[in-house]
Formats: sequence, structure tokens, C-alpha cells
Amino acid sequence: LSICSRTVEPLEYYRRFLKENCRPDGRELGEFRTTTVNIGKCLCSITTADGSALVKLGNTTVICGVKAELAAPAVDSANKGYIVPNVELPSLCAERFRSGPPGEEAQAASQFIADVIENSQMIVKEDLCIANGKLAWVLYCDIICLDYDGNLLDASVFALLAALKNVQLPLVTISEETGLSEVNLKQKNPLIIRKHPVATSFAIFDDTLLIVDPTAEEEDLATGTVTIVTDEEGRLCSVHKPGGSPLTGAKLQDCITRAITRHKEVKKLIDKVIKSITPK
Amino acid sequence: GVLERSREQLLRQTCEAVLLGVLHPRTAVSLVLQVLSDAGSLLSCCLNAACMALLDAGLPLAALFCGVTCALQPDGAILLDPTARQEQEARAILTFAIASSDRRVLMATTKGSCSVEEMQQCLAAAQRAASTIFQFYRDSVRRRYSKC
Repeated sequence: LSICSRTVEPLEYYRRFLKENCRPDGRELGEFRTTTVNIGKCLCSITTADGSALVKLGNTTVICGVKAELAAPAVDSANKGYIVPNVELPSLCAERFRSGPPGEEAQAASQFIADVIENSQMIVKEDLCIANGKLAWVLYCDIICLDYDGNLLDASVFALLAALKNVQLPLVTISEETGLSEVNLKQKNPLIIRKHPVATSFAIFDDTLLIVDPTAEEEDLATGTVTIVTDEEGRLCSVHKPGGSPLTGAKLQDCITRAITRHKEVKKLIDKVIKSITPK
Repeated sequence: GVLERSREQLLRQTCEAVLLGVLHPRTAVSLVLQVLSDAGSLLSCCLNAACMALLDAGLPLAALFCGVTCALQPDGAILLDPTARQEQEARAILTFAIASSDRRVLMATTKGSCSVEEMQQCLAAAQRAASTIFQFYRDSVRRRYSKC
């Protein structure tokens, strides 16, 4: 009986589990880690943000804070506000990240989140306009990873969705006489979220096996990754497969099917948490 | 900016999937792409350029790949290799990198939202179109080596 060490031969060690259709942490190939979400000032503890959420996907911890500020809309889109997402991977979340300018992974993740917001139309920029050509909201969405154990994209999209659902925008009026804006902090309205995109990531092993929600160790051993983002109508908001092992159309379809099931689980969780924090 | 970084990640991981790096240890392969003009379908043009450059360099590849962009028009029609104008009017743009060995998907990226059936139809169309592009590769390489 050959002794296979996790540190010396990690791939062989993993293959032994995958042959039995399970993983070292006891999960099935299609099983997600325990997902928890904390929304709002009391639970999430960002008191200065307009909306905040903390998502834990197993050990992967991602916090999202949304700040709303006022700005003049762009000249070519006078009736649109702005949404500016930013994903940060500080050096405290994993050894591989050094302090300094954002690395490629953080920048690619920021672009991915911007694409998801745009593709899914979860927030229509016209809804953020207060006065055509004069004043609009800018939503700065900062997503910070506190603990990196794989599957950053799923956790980030979930944290963003939860934080945006928590945002309350004060009513802003432009007074006729002075032409200046008046912010009424006593009257707040929630942000209009039209769609609820949910991301599901897979790791490709040995060109054939697809495992859902990879940990950092599994991501390092994998030969490719796929992330599917769906909305509540079962429409695809994003199919993100940045290189890696090739997949057939049928395997891609399996991923999409699993992603649609995952969407229902996540939507139920978010609705439950929002209901529990809304004052009756 | 972040867009270039994201494109670089897509291109790099696609090339890494086909390049047989084990045959060249302690070696760096540097791929530099300079956009001279952008008239639509930029990402698939970059993918095609990258593959042909790797071919021209004589690097060992497991398979060739080509980039195909599909635009989903508002009426549901699929348009391959859209111009910049057609991309703007489309409700979704899907770019695929198709491998030459078995027409499997190496890279996929989408802009805008579409239904699952539409995505599968675009993928099938892209796989069919890939044959034309690989024939172009063959013709170009033949032309290049018949001259000298």
C-alpha cells in the first residue's frame, strides 16, 4: 500500500478522493461549503457605509461596503449615475498576496464584478440620476477579501448583492431658488435592485472532472476554472471561462444547470436574512 | 487599466492551456499584442493573432485555438464577427476560443445577458465557424513557407 502524502504529492492525494466521488473535506463534487451572510450596520459592523454585508463561504471571507456620494453625471450620459466596484485582495488574506498596487487577480476580479453589474442590469444607472445633467448618485462598492480560501468570485458577487440590498439612499431635492442640492437624511429609500445575479464557480480537474466551489488548495491543483452567473429568470449574465482545460458544450451545460440550482439556494438565504433584519 | 488586465488574464490562461511548457523549462514566453485599429470583435482578433504568433515562433502546442465573436441581435438572430456598430446594437456579445483538436471551448466570455438556449446556439455556430478560421491558418502558413 503506497503512502501518499498531502504535502509531497498533493495531486495524487486529491485523485484518490476524486475517484470515490468526494473531496478531502468530506464534500461531494457538487456540494457547496456552508454559506453565511451578515447584512447591515448591527451585524456587519461597518457603521460609516450606506450598505454593508459580510459573506463567508467556508473559510473564504469577503466584506462589501457601499458608499453613496453625489456627482455630476457624464456629458454623454446625462441621465445616468455611476457604480464603481473595486475588489481588494490585501496581504492579510493570503500569503500569495503582497502589499502594494493591486495585482492581476484583484484587477481581473474588479473587471468581472463591473461586468456582472452591467450584464445583469441589477441596478439601472438611470435610477441613480437625481436631476438630468446636474446631479446623480455614485455608488462606490468596495469588496475586500479578509480570508482567501478559494472561490473569490462567488463570495464577492454575493457580498455585493447583499450590501446593495442593504443600501438606503436619502432623498435629495434641488431647491428652485438656490439651485443647490438638499439632502434629507430623515427620509431614506432603499435602492431599486432589478435583478439578483448569483455566481457559481467550478474547478476543472484533469480535463474532465468538474468540482463546485473550489478551496484555495483545489484551485491550485485544478487545470482550469469556470464561473457562471445567472439571474432569477434563469438567464445567463456571464459565462467566464478564462482559459484552462477545454470543455465540451455538454459539460458547460451541466455547469449552467448546477448554477441555476445554486441561484435558488442563495436567493432563499438572502431573502431570509433580509427579512430577519428589517424592523417590523 | 482593469480591462486590459482582465483581457491579459484571458489570453494568458488560454495560451497556457495549449502551450506545452514542460518542453521549455526555465523559459519565459512573452506575448505582446499591440492594437493597431479596433473595428469590432477585438478579443477574438487578439486570440487569432496570439495563436498564429505562437505557430510562427515554432513553439510546441497541444492544439491550435481560434477566437470567434457572436453577437445576439435584438430580434434573436446570431451574427458572427460583428463590427463595432453591430456590437453596440447587440443585446449580448459572446466570445469563445475554440480548440482545433475537438472543437472544445478553451475560453468563454460574455457581455450582456442571454438565455441558456441562445448561448448553446452561439457556441454551436462558433464551433462551425472555427473550421473556416483554421483553414485560414493552414492557408497562411502554407503561403508563408512556399515563398522561401
